[in-house]
Amino acid sequence: MTVGLRPRRPNRIRPSDAIRSFGVLGVSLVLTFALFLVTPLDGPLGFVVLGFALFISLQYAVVRQIMDRKHAADHIATIVVYASAVLTAMPLVFIVGTVVAKGIPGLSLNFFTKTLEGVDPSAGPKTGGALHAITGTLTQVGFAVIVTVPFGILTAVYLTEIKGRFTGIVRLLVDAMSGIPSIVAGLFVYAIWVVGPGGGFSGLAAALSLSILMLPTVARTSEEMLKLVDPSLREASLALGSPQWRTVWQVVLPTARAGIVTAVILGVARVAGETAPLLMTAFGNDRVVNPGAALHEPQSALPLFIFQQLAQDQRERAWTGALVLIGLVLILFVIARIVSRNAKTTR
Amino acid sequence: MTAVMQSGTDHVNLNPASADIALRATDVSCWFGKRKVLEGVNLAIARHSVVALIGPSGCGKSTFLRTLNRMHELVPTAALAGSVELDGQDIYGTELRPSEVRKRIGMVFQKPNPFPAMSIRENVLAGLKLTGQKSGDADHLVEWALTRASLWTEVRDRLDTPGGSLSGGQQQRLCIARSLAVKPDVLLMDEPCSALDPTSTRRVEETISEVSEEVTIVIVTHNMQQAQRVSDECAFFLAEENQPGRIVEAGTTEQMFTNPTDPRTNDYVNGRFG
Repeated sequence: MTVGLRPRRPNRIRPSDAIRSFGVLGVSLVLTFALFLVTPLDGPLGFVVLGFALFISLQYAVVRQIMDRKHAADHIATIVVYASAVLTAMPLVFIVGTVVAKGIPGLSLNFFTKTLEGVDPSAGPKTGGALHAITGTLTQVGFAVIVTVPFGILTAVYLTEIKGRFTGIVRLLVDAMSGIPSIVAGLFVYAIWVVGPGGGFSGLAAALSLSILMLPTVARTSEEMLKLVDPSLREASLALGSPQWRTVWQVVLPTARAGIVTAVILGVARVAGETAPLLMTAFGNDRVVNPGAALHEPQSALPLFIFQQLAQDQRERAWTGALVLIGLVLILFVIARIVSRNAKTTR
Repeated sequence: MTAVMQSGTDHVNLNPASADIALRATDVSCWFGKRKVLEGVNLAIARHSVVALIGPSGCGKSTFLRTLNRMHELVPTAALAGSVELDGQDIYGTELRPSEVRKRIGMVFQKPNPFPAMSIRENVLAGLKLTGQKSGDADHLVEWALTRASLWTEVRDRLDTPGGSLSGGQQQRLCIARSLAVKPDVLLMDEPCSALDPTSTRRVEETISEVSEEVTIVIVTHNMQQAQRVSDECAFFLAEENQPGRIVEAGTTEQMFTNPTDPRTNDYVNGRFG
């Protein structure tokens, strides 16, 4: 007798199990539908909940017919875990789906090449564009990255490498800082910069308020990434006669490079959509403000653009703005990922 | 026999005054917090000899090794007493910075630890970069160090691939090359073969005997055969129950393995405990 050489994957779900499970799922859905017809039950949420409960119970009963209790419990646990994963991903899918569906109609080349300068607010969504807001967001987030990255990484280095006497209190303060409501960060910058030395609303003021919000994320995430660096690498470096600063600069930080890029991405993601602090700092502008002028001139930004279009009941333009904002963050993510990956493999 | 050894116990006396001592530990004791792990260790290590530190786990031999190049103090609770002299200069004194000490007394660790963000070539040159030195002829140095560590022929065609892409045994030899590239006077090895297969172990041992012509080597090992194969002298460490570790006996490897003075040494080298 020859042994079949077809390769098997013993840890995969067996086709027979999958077919049976789908059969049970179909039966439960039909049953639920029937129940909804004959009883006063109503509503999509009720349908999903009842259907799922029926599916679980039926599945248990069916599996129990052919296998023991532990196998049946295993089947149920698998279903619950998969269902939870789907449930968690659902809001993201709905949000992105809605934004894409509602944002695309307003999308045109104008949106990226024109501003709202001198545009009648009630004109259609394809009149004028959001160039001023896109450049504003890029400028402000860029400034914020320039401010935050050195401070964030230095804080992380202090917490993991220097481990000075103030480690505990610094970590506590950074954690407390991550709890600052964004509008308070905006108010703070308004009070000490906008009405003071800053001399008015500006893109720079917006970047400062974003930095306050971004710093804890960058510092704490970088700290976690530096902690992942194998301590034996630090020992190896020190044992070669390296001073500590060279060990940090040439061994620890390069080893954690991908992680630090992730920390900066998370920081950018944290602030790119902030609106509240911009109201009191960037204020808004209908024309493009170049980075140099943004140091002392009011500037727009995508979240502000969305907020103001909504306030003027220009919903289509607001949806398109939201779509571009999400797209912008996505592009930054991808760029950062590619940069960190290349840096890792080519060295 | 010019190699010389001196231990804390009275009955070993192999220390003619004329000896050329590279590293001398005098009355070294170590603590982690309040726990004393090592007591009264005296050891003189002759230049260009290979000295093996043997003994059961937890007897303080690794701790002792780490006091020899100031790695012990990197543990926050660590403390020590006694002195260590390199060429007559106190390594814990004010005239030598810890980084200077570690540059002259290199170390190879139990687990191979090449720098993952660097290529093979960069790993070999890391010591120069990390101590802020310019390498005159980098290519030559890379070849020299890798040849010394008997790795050159295996990696000469892929010097720019990451150090982490090598096998475990090759990684350990890369670490040895990295230590040799800064031209240390002394090389400390903390169980360098315990994570390696027998073939790699043999190659590392060959490397040890080769480089001992120009570098003094102190090696911690759990492998009695290895101690016998590579070392000129041995020091046997032992920690009695709830006692700090001490040197029980030290002497030439031949004498330690054939005719030890202390019965405990005899039991240990013959595999009766530990």
